[in-house]
Amino acid sequence: MSREIIIMIIGMAVVTYIPRMLPFVMFRGKELPPFLQGVLKNVPFATLGALIFPAILFIQEDIWYGLIGAAAAFIVAFLGANVILVVIGSISVLTLYSYFF
Amino acid sequence: MESTLAVKQATDFKKGIQSGISIAIGYMPIALTFGLIAKTTGLALGETVMMSMLVFAGAAQYISLSLLAQGIGIFEVILTTFIVNIRHFLMSASLNEKAEEDTVGARIAYSFGITDETFSVAATQAGTVNAGYMFGLNLTAYSSWVVFSGLGYLVGAGLPQTLQESMSVALYAMFVGLLVPSMKTNVKVIYLAVLAAAFNSIFTMAEWMSTGWAIVLATLLSAVLVETVETFKKSRRTEADE
Repeated sequence: MSREIIIMIIGMAVVTYIPRMLPFVMFRGKELPPFLQGVLKNVPFATLGALIFPAILFIQEDIWYGLIGAAAAFIVAFLGANVILVVIGSISVLTLYSYFF
Repeated sequence: MESTLAVKQATDFKKGIQSGISIAIGYMPIALTFGLIAKTTGLALGETVMMSMLVFAGAAQYISLSLLAQGIGIFEVILTTFIVNIRHFLMSASLNEKAEEDTVGARIAYSFGITDETFSVAATQAGTVNAGYMFGLNLTAYSSWVVFSGLGYLVGAGLPQTLQESMSVALYAMFVGLLVPSMKTNVKVIYLAVLAAAFNSIFTMAEWMSTGWAIVLATLLSAVLVETVETFKKSRRTEADE
């Protein structure tokens, strides 16, 4: 293993860990203002929106691939299936899709 | 009293492991591919596994490989990693609101495992989450990430091509699966997700900023905007009541 790469990995580890850890220590047991609490409660759903779109369009060169995968996941989830079934359903539909096209 | 608490933590640890399984499936193709690319980039097996063990952040690890391949220096790689991963600050701050009062030590330990995926799963759980749950969840996701990074390095593209391609959708399907149940019961969730997706698309297409910052800014804008509208509506309603 090269010394330079190891230093790089440790540096990456430190700058990745600090933003993950800091809020748990900084805001522990503190009552934040109601508005800020509301914003933080909104964050998960906003994050999911931003994580899905537009990245899902670019998982393969064919833009339809992501769109069909997303649509399949949406339908299975809307029918009330649990998350693992949603994942398996979406993978199955795309396997069929790439088999036929 | 202490023993009932311990029992609860143990049950929640198991529940965390169960919640982590869909993440473990989703990480498999990404980690395998990471291992494979790390090998072609010229990293040693030890370095590849070490990076997955210590950094545990998919996007940043991929980017570091492409920067290394371009001969970019380690300082730039570390800086880019920081920018790509700054979004976890927002996620941890949000999860902190939902987390039970565990010891500081427990929080410092499980915060290491906050990723887009573990955060999304934990944050969409009903009620609060505790250290037992978080350790179960993170451990499942982490094991998959580390083991398959190493396997990817060793066996490479062993999976059939078609399956590899279709598995690239796994994590996105999981995100959709986490989002939709809340969308059905709460219209606010639809506004939040659609607004953030729209902002993120604009920032990404316009190439104004890196993906890391685009996600942070789109999330914040959407969360603040929706909260402002809601606060405004609430105050109007209270005025009308008076």
